[in-house]
Amino acid sequence: MMDNNGLKIGSYALTSRLIVGTGKYSSLELMRDCHAASGSNCVTVAVRRERLVDKTSGRNILDFIDPEKYILLPNTAGCFTAEEVVRVARLGREMLTDSGFRGADWVKLECLGDTTTLLPEPVGTLQALKTLVADGFQVLVYCSDDVMLCKRLQDEGAAAIMPAGSPIGSGQGVLNPNAIRIILEQLKEKNPDYPVIVDAGVGTASDVSLAMELGVDGVLLNTAIAGAKVPLQMAKAMGLATLSGRLAFEAGRIPRKLYATASSPWEGRINA
Amino acid sequence: MLSPVIYGKINLMEVVVNGQIKQVVEGISVQELLDQFQIKPIRVAVERNREIVTRKQFSATRLTAGDQIEIVTFVGGG
Repeated sequence: MMDNNGLKIGSYALTSRLIVGTGKYSSLELMRDCHAASGSNCVTVAVRRERLVDKTSGRNILDFIDPEKYILLPNTAGCFTAEEVVRVARLGREMLTDSGFRGADWVKLECLGDTTTLLPEPVGTLQALKTLVADGFQVLVYCSDDVMLCKRLQDEGAAAIMPAGSPIGSGQGVLNPNAIRIILEQLKEKNPDYPVIVDAGVGTASDVSLAMELGVDGVLLNTAIAGAKVPLQMAKAMGLATLSGRLAFEAGRIPRKLYATASSPWEGRINA
Repeated sequence: MLSPVIYGKINLMEVVVNGQIKQVVEGISVQELLDQFQIKPIRVAVERNREIVTRKQFSATRLTAGDQIEIVTFVGGG
């Protein structure tokens, strides 16, 4: 039987190949419903200062995420140096320790270069990875689709590599499928099960399917659902696209040819 | 500035919480600080002068004047 649904990253078993974000939803109720519609069982969350005043009736995002169903993936979104990344990762781990939620010992490493491009900063990313691995974290690394950088991050002990399809929230899809192909070939040479996940940039279901058809192990997205006109419907579409893309990848597409090949036999035509 | 100041009978001190200067009772514990801001301990992580204070240490950890406290929680993100 095909194992097209599940994905193992480090010590975590995901039941879907789609990882979804928790940001930009118009309400926490909508976020919760979109998570359910997506079929994902892994959601990523950011670390920020708690508000000291004007707390909206004590509602916390974790009250809208079922710890039985979802694995939390803390991220270091908004960090610009290795030092910040490590600090935020440790705070995320501390928050999840003895909290009833799974996910304390892994982190999505995000170390950005600037606020305009939101592109990953490779040097800080590599530095932070080394420290976090030494500190016992299973690290999923958000990075650019640079083949050599991805190889280096794998060598330094990343639990998964997560190249961006295109800039965060841009909805441009996978801009360089060939880079993703090469990354897949290079990283899976050493370990065929090594997880490579496209993180960021997808805009719609076909972007997700295309990424999955390239052979990536999963897709992480946020804005494509939260920013859609009907987020709940897009969540469902993204779940299906992840699954169909994976199925198609495993099924193996036909080669591209320049000329047509008839599907019906030439033999037996009445005017032959 | 960031030193104990006597206000009537209660000794207050200044600490920095999430970047804001706050006057708190001298010797306040992390747990009491969270109570004061009506923050549930289960939903936050706390740093005191860049060192993480574990949840188990909240009651036993007492602040001193000038301490830099960070109280963080999870928010939506991608």
